[in-house]
Amino acid sequence: MSETALGAEVVLRLDQITKRFGRLVANDAISLTLHRGEVLALLGENGAGKTTLMNILFGHYMADTGSVTAFGQPLPPGQPKAALAAGIGMVHQHFTLADQLTVLENITLGTESLWSLGRGRAAAREKVQSLSRDFGLAVDPRARVSDLSVGERQRVEILKALYRDARILILDEPTAVLTPQEAEALFQTLRLATARGLSVIFISHKLHEVMGHSDSCVVLRHGRVVGQVATRDTDRRALAAMMVGAEMADSAVAPGVAGPVRLSLRGIRAGALRDVSLDLRGGTITGLAGVSGNGQAALADLIGGALLPEAGVMQVDGAPVLQWSPRAAIGAGVGRIPEDRHKTGTVADFTLAENAVLETYATRFSRAGLVDWAAVRAHTERLIAAYDVRCPGPEARIRLLSGGNMQKLILGRVMEETPGILIANQPVRGLDVGAIAYVHGRLVAARDAGAAVLLISEDLDEVMGLSDVIHVISEGRLSPAFARGALTQGELGLWMVGHGFGEGAAHAA
Amino acid sequence: MGGAVIEILISASFWAAVLRIASPLIFATMGELICERAGVLNLGIEGIMVIGAFAGWMAVYLGLPLWGGVAVAFGAGALFGLLHGVLVVPFGLSQHVVGLGVTLLATATAYFAYRLALPEVTTPPKITPFQAWEVPVLSDIPLLGPALFAQTPLTYAAFACAGVVAFVLYRTPLGLALRAAGENPAALEAQGVSVSGIRIGAVMVGSGLMAVGGSFLTLSAFSSFFFEMVNGRGWICIALVVFGAWRPGKAVLGALLFAGFDALQIRLQQTPLGAVVPYQLFLMLPYVLSILALIAMSRRAQVPAALMVPYTKGER
Repeated sequence: MSETALGAEVVLRLDQITKRFGRLVANDAISLTLHRGEVLALLGENGAGKTTLMNILFGHYMADTGSVTAFGQPLPPGQPKAALAAGIGMVHQHFTLADQLTVLENITLGTESLWSLGRGRAAAREKVQSLSRDFGLAVDPRARVSDLSVGERQRVEILKALYRDARILILDEPTAVLTPQEAEALFQTLRLATARGLSVIFISHKLHEVMGHSDSCVVLRHGRVVGQVATRDTDRRALAAMMVGAEMADSAVAPGVAGPVRLSLRGIRAGALRDVSLDLRGGTITGLAGVSGNGQAALADLIGGALLPEAGVMQVDGAPVLQWSPRAAIGAGVGRIPEDRHKTGTVADFTLAENAVLETYATRFSRAGLVDWAAVRAHTERLIAAYDVRCPGPEARIRLLSGGNMQKLILGRVMEETPGILIANQPVRGLDVGAIAYVHGRLVAARDAGAAVLLISEDLDEVMGLSDVIHVISEGRLSPAFARGALTQGELGLWMVGHGFGEGAAHAA
Repeated sequence: MGGAVIEILISASFWAAVLRIASPLIFATMGELICERAGVLNLGIEGIMVIGAFAGWMAVYLGLPLWGGVAVAFGAGALFGLLHGVLVVPFGLSQHVVGLGVTLLATATAYFAYRLALPEVTTPPKITPFQAWEVPVLSDIPLLGPALFAQTPLTYAAFACAGVVAFVLYRTPLGLALRAAGENPAALEAQGVSVSGIRIGAVMVGSGLMAVGGSFLTLSAFSSFFFEMVNGRGWICIALVVFGAWRPGKAVLGALLFAGFDALQIRLQQTPLGAVVPYQLFLMLPYVLSILALIAMSRRAQVPAALMVPYTKGER
């Protein structure tokens, strides 16, 4: 933004920061500098060490080695209070707000002496309101945080930092949770901030944001700095290459060779589904496009065994299904990549090994009713190596992993069973470029190995890029099957909002 | 029966008894409320009330003034609070297990010390407890005066204590920090305030208040220390915090309600009804009614989100 930023004084300097979690080196001798009025983008795949680095800077973690200097003064490690006092404000990816407190209470928390009688609420409210105006951060100071939208909560987080006169703002993946309009407003706020001499570091893996809104970029990979460039001297392609470590191949997916029908639904009613008929063929990726909440979850649950049909016929490999449950589904060779890897895909406080055998512990990994932990461990180590899961080891709790690495483990868990039918529900949601390409590659490989893949996604590009056959789901109804390339994005969009679901015509195909 | 109840309800002695019975409950409920608002369940309450009852009484028996006894009780409670706090906050141990352990330890310590100090006595020795202090002018109001304004100083202190707790919780930065520690400790830490410091401090002060509640029994209600004299009051206070939806004002109302049922059942036993109905049914009355009230009230209660969740810095 500001052309002079790189010549301005240095406000923050990280020097040779190293941090290990067990065997995992999250940060490996990272150094970077931030100038006054500069917007620095910290770029990297999930698990590259961005968040760890910022948590060290803010004092949430202690670095094993290395030092932080803010405004020429060394920052004592491990003390958020010192970072705050030095003028560093952090907006975490997962907001640190107390829901039952008001906006004003969250902002003033910890800013007044604990022993003073009474709180200067009127003055505080006035300051918050003037900051709101100056930085374009509209939010009602009296509102309860639990009543606010995600975008508003983020504004409260930024106000918290500004209220403490932060001179350096750190934002951890600030746009991950925002609508495009909210994201635009956020960058507007950041522009106002840098115009007033503040400096900003924002973490992102969205290349268009980085290109559009930063002065310089630092790219991390596997915990190391692999590049530091002025944004105007680079382009998206070069940044992406640095992030994933190689020029990305253009991903034109060759069509699959359709095999026999593995799963067929006829006139199914279940949950939100209304009279759905569908064939999933081996060697085929069937894409399901649609706005989320139109019955995708019901369809995934139905095939996965968590939901029973109320009416209609369901056949697996030509045989009608009589008893259906998650266990029966697993037995019939249905592999599931759940929509929410945190809630339904994994057990956060279980180890990687325990998570890796959630579906098979009682069958493949048990002998005489006892779990064979040695075999589980060996199996998990194989998965970690084969699927490039970056982690401290099989005994680590899975909540320590980044989203991408968690998804790779889930992918490995499913793929190792060579499923005949694979439901991939939002398989790349929240993942970065490298991980997305990896997951897509694995889905295609599963298809080529003969699996019938159902790809559920809200991202039309993803559906159109990967699928051999596309259905659109809208209000629980399923469109006819469209061959790859038969409809344009605009035509699919019309089906998504419900056009085309005529009387009886829906099942003609 | 209706007539008898009405007769009881319009007597000054009934209302005086309500306030007297409610006083220890209010102290201890405020103590528990502070702990829970900071995110720590303190099941040590029952034992801490016992140690308060004992320590306060012993101090006065050994020659300290009555208010000195109250201070000693507070200190003894705070000490057990420190033990509870250190075990459950930095070490993150199970709050249920540690709390019950503290109750057993504090109770046994009190009984043991009592036996050690007074090995020979068979009848518990007496002290001169707090005497009723009639508030000038106000105590002359008919009915209301003798009911509300002829209490011992500790009863007035109990209500004042509830007011102070409410003020601190909602009007001061300290109270804000304390509530944040119980709602989202990460938010507090991100603002540079030590979650451990706030939580341990809250448990110490809260435990001190519980002990003062216990000392009310020996310094104000009775004049001696008996075994089993706390008799489950601590557990009642845990329920009162829930009943009060973690709010001081409502919790005081709950304490008054429970005390009201208790005072009522004692008096009902002496009516003609008491000759017919087994007295155990009357003893049950306050508990049964409290359970019913608890069910009705706690439906909409807003539990502190981080209650019983240990906080570890730097964990994701």
